[in-house]
Amino acid sequence: MTSRTTSLFAANPQMQRRKRADRRFRIYGLAAILTGILLLAVLLGTVISNGLGAFQQSYLTLEVELLESKLDKTGNRDIEEIKKVTTFGYDPLLTAAAEQLIETHNIQTDLRAKDIAKLLSKSAVSDLRDFVVADPTRIGSVVSFDFLVNARVDGYLKGRVTRESVADDKMISAEQLDAVDQLIAAGALVKRFNADFLFGSDASDQRPEAAGIGTAMLGSLAMMLVVLVLTLPVGVAASIYLEEFAPKNRLTDLIEVNISNLAAVPSIVFGILGLAVFINVLHLPMSAPLVGGLVLSLMTLPTIIISARAAMKSVPPSIRDAALGVGASKMQAVFHHVLPLAAPGILTGTIIGLAQALGETAPLLLIGMVGFIASTAPETVGEALLAPNTALPAQIFEWAKRADPAFYERAWGGIIVLLVFLVAMNAIAILLRRRFERRW
Amino acid sequence: MSASKISARACNVFYGDTHAIKDVNVDIGSKSVTAFIGPSGCGKSTFLRCLNRMNDTIDTCRVQGSITLDGEDIYDPRVDAVTLRARVGMVFQKPNPFPKSIFDNVAYGPKIHGMAKSKSDLSDIVENALRRAAIWDEVKDRLDAPGTGLSGGQQQRLCIARAIATQPEVLLMDEPCSALDPIATFQIEELIDELAKNISVVIVTHSMQQAARVSQKTAFFHLGEVVEFGDTEDIFTNPSDPRTESYITGRIG
Repeated sequence: MTSRTTSLFAANPQMQRRKRADRRFRIYGLAAILTGILLLAVLLGTVISNGLGAFQQSYLTLEVELLESKLDKTGNRDIEEIKKVTTFGYDPLLTAAAEQLIETHNIQTDLRAKDIAKLLSKSAVSDLRDFVVADPTRIGSVVSFDFLVNARVDGYLKGRVTRESVADDKMISAEQLDAVDQLIAAGALVKRFNADFLFGSDASDQRPEAAGIGTAMLGSLAMMLVVLVLTLPVGVAASIYLEEFAPKNRLTDLIEVNISNLAAVPSIVFGILGLAVFINVLHLPMSAPLVGGLVLSLMTLPTIIISARAAMKSVPPSIRDAALGVGASKMQAVFHHVLPLAAPGILTGTIIGLAQALGETAPLLLIGMVGFIASTAPETVGEALLAPNTALPAQIFEWAKRADPAFYERAWGGIIVLLVFLVAMNAIAILLRRRFERRW
Repeated sequence: MSASKISARACNVFYGDTHAIKDVNVDIGSKSVTAFIGPSGCGKSTFLRCLNRMNDTIDTCRVQGSITLDGEDIYDPRVDAVTLRARVGMVFQKPNPFPKSIFDNVAYGPKIHGMAKSKSDLSDIVENALRRAAIWDEVKDRLDAPGTGLSGGQQQRLCIARAIATQPEVLLMDEPCSALDPIATFQIEELIDELAKNISVVIVTHSMQQAARVSQKTAFFHLGEVVEFGDTEDIFTNPSDPRTESYITGRIG
């Protein structure tokens, strides 16, 4: 045999080629990851920069004299009499307060008090009326109130409205902006954290400053509860049946294939199904979170079944054999041994399924939850389930459709809220999975 | 020699179309150890699993012929496999304690069969079983510790304790020592000796030396048939069938 004359240390062309290929592959991988990170950064940056503004709102502080002569002519503090005074009756009070404001802060302006009062949000009068109805004893005194300013003024403080844009704007004038500048300097007009965005209800087209996402969140919460209560037991029971009791024949195979297919069906199909069955046949209330929850349950069930099957299959058969060997029945083996060990996997799959359901809008379209103005918050559990409402992503979509650019900011704010929920749910799922991994 | 505890007559087992066990006739005596030996894939474990109807869990498996426990056919439709398995216990090749505490491992069988009337009853049963399995002294201070935290030999003894907690009359052991070191193996073999004073033990083993040490009767399986069945001494010193002799002398298997 001829012996090798080349040394181990000698470089050969194959090695060079291999090394170059390795290096190229590493660079491609790195580039792919960096692109992904870059896109994610752009997404988050856009969302945060556009949406953070929604969490702050501008308020004007006014001293309002609650004149008895206007609000409670009889002087009895009778709540029914007080309620009869509509918001029209409160208008002059605000005008008077605006006049007081001009005097107190020495605002130099050609505008009349009425025009200054127009700086306020259209919801200012009803807020004032709600305050008086809730506490009639305050009639006759002077109350210091923080009113929402209208969307144009708020936009000025946030940079949406500028001196240039004012020229074409019918809702606000340059003189009003001058007054606003002076009010800001005087400290009467401030921009601060707006808790109402998180906890309040949606508002009409004309009052984006008063729009909140709270009611939509309640709608989403009610739906998620319905989905959880329905899909978890049914999904786990179905997967136990398929795993342990179903005979291994073609019918079972057919069922399994179809469950996988259902998981891939476009979600709007479930919306059509919901309309046809739940609303037209069962006559359940339209736009109700209960119906939304039912539709989303149908959509999430295949996902839960698939992940429950996977979790149960991952339990080693030796545990099942051991249980059977000691004289446990199939049901006992499943419930005492397999399910507890599969529980973390099932839980993780459920949370991920819920997170997916949280972000779905299309199925809610046909049952009336998209496009619904959620202007009153539900007060009881029954109302939360059956009274018409909307959902987080639907609310975002609704706001994005409206003309006023102030709603655009609200839509981005809603996206931040939605993302926070989704990230939180997925983080919990990952934590749970890590914590319970490899217990045997 | 006491009367047979388990008798198999004309036993045939099919996996789908495969004829795995062919016309097997064996007698398992009570209060003694019977060993099943033979090369890999000859059907020893399959036949063992028939004795406590564990093969019921395999859909494609069919059993023909008769297997009787104390004269009663265990495949009779009136027989509940679950109750049968409380009387015929099983220990598997790889120790498989439940991922629960040591106490819960042993207590599980008696609990589901309703054998304990009170908590103290259950504690007694568990202690008894752990003592009989020669592991009580090592675990009595840590009954709440997880069963999976023990060493291999200890885990197998725990599995034996778990199996005997239901007071079975027969204990089936499928190569119980193959995953253990020699010292643990020795301890288990001593345990088998002790157990056989009260119950029947059937042990499937790859080690002929183990079969020779531990059993009173041996059945040699080859390609799904029982080639020879008789007293252990006779099988190993004076086998009648040439296939048995080939296996014992190491020419086949």
